[in-house]
Amino acid sequence: MKSVSLLGVSLAALALCACATTGSSDSGEATEAPRERKAMAEGLDPATVADPYPSTYRGLPRENMAIVGGTVFDGAGRRIENGVVILTDGKIAAVGDASTPVPGGHRVVDARGRFVTPGIIDVHSHLGVYPSPGVTGMSDGNEATQPNTAEVWAEHSVWPQDPGFNTARAGGVTTLHILPGSANLFGGRGVTLRNVPSVTMQGMKFPGAPYTVKMACGENPSRVYGNRNSSPATGMGNMAGYRAAFISARDYKEKWDKWRETGEGTPPTRNLELDTLVGVLDGSILIQNHCYRGDEMALMIDMSREFGYRITTFHHATEAYKVAPLLARENICAAMWTGWWGFKMESLDGIEENVALVDAPEGGCAVVHSDDAELTQRLNQEAAAAVAAGRRAGMTITEEHAISWITSNAARAIGIDDQTGSLEAGKRADVVIWSANPFSVYARADQVYVDGGLAFDRADPNFQPLSDFELGQPGHGQTAAGVRQGAR
Amino acid sequence: MIRRTLLMAAAVMAVAGPALAQEVTAIVGGRVHTGTSVIENGTVVMRDGRIVSVGTGGAPSGARVVNAAGKVVTPGIVAVDSGLGGSEVSSVGDDLRNASNTLSAAFDVSYGLDPWSITLPTARLGGVTRAVVVPNHPGSSGGHYHEEDTAGAGQGGFHTPGLFAGQAAVIHLGQGTEILVRPRVAMVAPFGDAGAGVAGGARGAEFTLFKETMAEVRLYARNRAAYERGNLRDLSLSRADLEALIPVAEGRMPLIVTVSRASDILQVLRLADEENIRVILDGAEEGWMVADQIAAARVPVLVNPITNLPGNLERRGARMQNAAALHAAGVVIAIKGNEGSIHRARETRYNAGNAVSHGLPHDAAIAAITSNPARIFGFDGQFGTLAAGAEADVVIWSGDPLEPLTQAEAVFVRGVEQPMTARNLLLRDRYRQGGEGAYPPAYGR
Repeated sequence: MKSVSLLGVSLAALALCACATTGSSDSGEATEAPRERKAMAEGLDPATVADPYPSTYRGLPRENMAIVGGTVFDGAGRRIENGVVILTDGKIAAVGDASTPVPGGHRVVDARGRFVTPGIIDVHSHLGVYPSPGVTGMSDGNEATQPNTAEVWAEHSVWPQDPGFNTARAGGVTTLHILPGSANLFGGRGVTLRNVPSVTMQGMKFPGAPYTVKMACGENPSRVYGNRNSSPATGMGNMAGYRAAFISARDYKEKWDKWRETGEGTPPTRNLELDTLVGVLDGSILIQNHCYRGDEMALMIDMSREFGYRITTFHHATEAYKVAPLLARENICAAMWTGWWGFKMESLDGIEENVALVDAPEGGCAVVHSDDAELTQRLNQEAAAAVAAGRRAGMTITEEHAISWITSNAARAIGIDDQTGSLEAGKRADVVIWSANPFSVYARADQVYVDGGLAFDRADPNFQPLSDFELGQPGHGQTAAGVRQGAR
Repeated sequence: MIRRTLLMAAAVMAVAGPALAQEVTAIVGGRVHTGTSVIENGTVVMRDGRIVSVGTGGAPSGARVVNAAGKVVTPGIVAVDSGLGGSEVSSVGDDLRNASNTLSAAFDVSYGLDPWSITLPTARLGGVTRAVVVPNHPGSSGGHYHEEDTAGAGQGGFHTPGLFAGQAAVIHLGQGTEILVRPRVAMVAPFGDAGAGVAGGARGAEFTLFKETMAEVRLYARNRAAYERGNLRDLSLSRADLEALIPVAEGRMPLIVTVSRASDILQVLRLADEENIRVILDGAEEGWMVADQIAAARVPVLVNPITNLPGNLERRGARMQNAAALHAAGVVIAIKGNEGSIHRARETRYNAGNAVSHGLPHDAAIAAITSNPARIFGFDGQFGTLAAGAEADVVIWSGDPLEPLTQAEAVFVRGVEQPMTARNLLLRDRYRQGGEGAYPPAYGR
């Protein structure tokens, strides 16, 4: 009852508000000053609604800390034994060896015998959009109704109660990039989240992180639409689809640019699909491109030149190693698995050395990603398997370097490397303290800090959050020790 | 150094072939996990494809000596719930699923197994030397491609026509023209949501149909002659299915039951008791909630220890500690690989490692990927263990085999050292220099 009446009030208010605005622009400026920009009705000018679903992220309560005595992999290539990491006001204040002074008022956290890394970043997650349980009513990741759905935003499908956010956090993941699925040529916008529990998506939204757009090469779009006897049904159909979309986007952008410049005529009608693609053209929206095969990556790169935009990251990229020097020259990241291959033809040539070979050229940007609610909990192990494969091939790969595949390179791949991804002064205090070397299968995340706030503590059930869904379910309330004893 | 020697030995082996299995080989100096215990600085002696002795003595004179100092020696890994040899590229199709309208229990995966599959050498590089190959069904872990980001795009699943998915086979992963060790080692049936789906939508239908089926099988077994003369009442299963189910009904062939929910596990235990059949639980994500009952029924479990999310409503109690809890209760467990253990069978050892980091003792984890699966499927002492008389499936590791940073450095299957090559390594070598030389990579080998 109450909610109905509240809704009624707000709808009425909205209607009033809309009337007032249109009224003033119609009767006022339009007649008196024709050269002046008409004020457009709410929601019609993309420039005035760049951030319509803004972040309300506040961060968890935080304290100033000094994490001392641990082995630090700073994400920027350094390994510091007996290191000191200073967290002040939610930021990294200093990182150094044992001589680094601890400022007054900082709680000292003993990390002796443990390892300290930046928070893990998963650049390819479907948490919230393909949540657990994956049952009827919960599959919100693919708007597979037409090949170009650049108008949909993954954030509008995110279910914040997905228990996968909690298990990912227990694996050290502090930042997640949530993407739509790959059924479409343009699947829609991706969103970057802080991995903190929240009642709303907005409460997780990473402040200031750029929007991205999911594109997909290859088998998925051509299979999905080809099976419906519509385009695209082939690889060449895929390319024609992308090109037609960018032609429309260029045209749309030109119309807006012209209208903004001259103010003459009627403004273009806002188009959500083209707004996203214009963001790609002006560089504000970063392309995250599902693309397995090396030859298809080369085509996508040529197409970016045809229309004048940049590709930020290829995802899955099981054949990135075949074009590794090209990717390095083009400054494009590749986000990969180590162990996944052979589940379809375009993944047949996936090799465990992919990450190491992409990493090898000067400027190479190798990222280990998950695409999976289970794997995201163990990105450190997936990186370890990639290190092992590289070493088997005779390559020299240090662990302090390889941690960048799931931290700083991952941050670069989604455009937040100025904010997080390494333990460097001024960056967000996203920190994991591991029980052992994170490249060991036995390492567990002991404490996970997001912006300096304790988000997870393996030793303290008070810092092991549960989503609403998990309450009262079978097994609810059992501690790890209780489960091990079989709840007897 | 040792690695290079081993690699060179492998190259020689590839030329010489299985003949070298005839010589005596002694692996010395390593930390030996026998599958049930650990021997420091141990010696493993092999001859004619079998383990001759395992202990702390020196190598027999005249033996080929493999120095494993600083290394770890284990039995080869036995992949359970696997599709190895039955599938090349998952989305293209496989020989693991039966959608025939006239065949259910009689479906036999052993006819479709390919010794030349490119998946076998890749798994072998991960230390896998044997596999229990199972037919797929709508509830099996091999039944989807794990690239779920086209979900909702209209891809349909497949449906088995009957309660039974068919019969499993055991293979070895040695090079050669024959990989089949034994066909028809177990029957597979989905229970829980998937089984209910097959039976018409509800669990009550499946259990009732199952009991009726067992009754028919027993009736048929007692009255074969009458059946052949046409003097037996109509039976709902085909003759082939009835024949295939006789060993199950008589308790000679185990039934692999895919099941997740604790309440379903209890129902299955009760069913097995009532019908006097042997069951192996597969999945059992909520097994920890009824671990004592599973242990009391002496029912083994095939478990994936990294399944900890409620992928559906029947595994809301899934936890990382499941494997540890089952083991602690006294259940014999085998640890599975990922995604149907075909392309990712090599991850079996990492899964075992994760079970350890959540409370399973290390030696129990090694057993869960070597000796336990052999035991569960009736091969106790025949493989999966380093003990005199067992077939010589042996892996030499650079370190702890459960660690991703560790690599297999030598793999013996039935006493024959296997080449440490696979298609994935050929691809690696073709592109390791960047692939931008004067001649295209295609000129490489």
